[in-house]
Amino acid sequence: MNQGLQFDDAGRLRHLLTIEGLSRQTILEILDTAESFISVGEREIKKIPLLRGKTVVNLFFESSTRTRTTFEIAAKRLSADVINLNVSASSTSKGETLLDTIRNLEAMHTDLFVVRHAESGAAHLIARHVPSHVRIINAGDGRHAHPTQGLLDMFTIRRHKGEFGKLKVAIVGDIMHSRVARSQIQALKALGVAELRVVAPKTLLPMAVEKLGVRPCTRMEEGLDGVDVVMMLRLQRERMQGAHIPSEHEYFNLYGLTPAKLALAAKDAIVMHPGPMNRGLEIDSAVADGPQSVILPQVTYGIAVRMAVMALIMGGTPTSRDTGMRDSPSRAPVPVPRKKRQ
Amino acid sequence: MTAVIDVEAALARMAEQLQPALKSHPLMIGIHTGGVWVAERLHHMLDLKEELGTLDISFYRDDFTRVGMNPQVRTSHLPVNVEDRHLILVDDVLHTGRTIRAALNEIFDYGRPASVLLACLVERGGRELPIEPQVVGERVKLGKNQHVKLSGPEKLELRIQEANG
Repeated sequence: MNQGLQFDDAGRLRHLLTIEGLSRQTILEILDTAESFISVGEREIKKIPLLRGKTVVNLFFESSTRTRTTFEIAAKRLSADVINLNVSASSTSKGETLLDTIRNLEAMHTDLFVVRHAESGAAHLIARHVPSHVRIINAGDGRHAHPTQGLLDMFTIRRHKGEFGKLKVAIVGDIMHSRVARSQIQALKALGVAELRVVAPKTLLPMAVEKLGVRPCTRMEEGLDGVDVVMMLRLQRERMQGAHIPSEHEYFNLYGLTPAKLALAAKDAIVMHPGPMNRGLEIDSAVADGPQSVILPQVTYGIAVRMAVMALIMGGTPTSRDTGMRDSPSRAPVPVPRKKRQ
Repeated sequence: MTAVIDVEAALARMAEQLQPALKSHPLMIGIHTGGVWVAERLHHMLDLKEELGTLDISFYRDDFTRVGMNPQVRTSHLPVNVEDRHLILVDDVLHTGRTIRAALNEIFDYGRPASVLLACLVERGGRELPIEPQVVGERVKLGKNQHVKLSGPEKLELRIQEANG
């Protein structure tokens, strides 16, 4: 997919659609910025005026309470006005196309769209069709990408484990269907992690996955041996019908993260999960709630990381008024209303 | 062309002017980056017992929509509640006053101080907002093309530079 779409002519990030194509420098800049936003959440007044007067629309064609909520909190802490739209329940059922929906919201002077969609490439499609002062953040598109999740995972790893160059990392679960895994792999490779393994049954590993620079493992004993970071993925229960895994019970026995399996990793390894967790399927409660789990801190960091992404892509963007709305159709000659033509 | 201002003498003048304010047990706050260096020196010279506060006003700048985020934002750190406290706000160079406006806004997001006293190492004119310092180390008259820059933090040096062109 078109990665150039994410940058303006000066090479600055204007949309966040995928981690693919982001340099180590850009990723670190986002993480550094997020670091400074952590303190905002710890203050009495958890609000700063950076995006005052901006309108953010959370456009969710696929429901996700947690992701939507963290984007909403992030935008509100930046003083933006936030509107949440669950589109699957409204206009698409009335036959409105994706771009029609966007154009209507654009006409309401939205500055940033946060888009979640079941189709890969939906956020890219939107980014190609909005005027240049409008920004897009991909909050998950099909199997393709979930860049803010990937970034908040990198933030978590850096906070708890430090330098990427020294770390061995294992991603465990449904690698094949996971947009989270894809974004994690791209980010970890860009940051130059020492070793990256993906652990899953053969049926859940993409073909030629080693071309991404990862080591595929089909056994947890091999995959977790000595790693510093264990990144669990959510197993989509709907995959069960697709004969990708034999049974929940057997999956848990082989790939569920139990205290015994975690003992294979480094003693101070951290355990991550993007949520929501299937307890007793991919992860044992003793691990999820255990001392090595950083699953709840991930949620907290997610807000700071999303604030950082919003601030970076919205900063230095002239408002539609400053640009004379050159790109906006509303400044084109006003067409004659139809009634008068008749 | 480069001219140098005597930083030590300016700091000494500031410390002297600040003496009367010490009676109200003020909390000192420096603005990143140069203001923190100046505040650290004053904090030591005045032998203040309470930890120094620091502010990074990046989130409160009024030119965010024009110039965007500075990724090197340092964390603001106010060690105690500012509510009902007397504050000494320290910056290196007072020019347009916009930094101080941003700093005041940020401080008020932490609480309502009893008072804020502004102390600047250098006051250079060119104000764009109604903001004046109570304590000044050195006053200089500078032309539009001239800049005054503090370098540090080991040894503080103030230089007046002529902008090229």
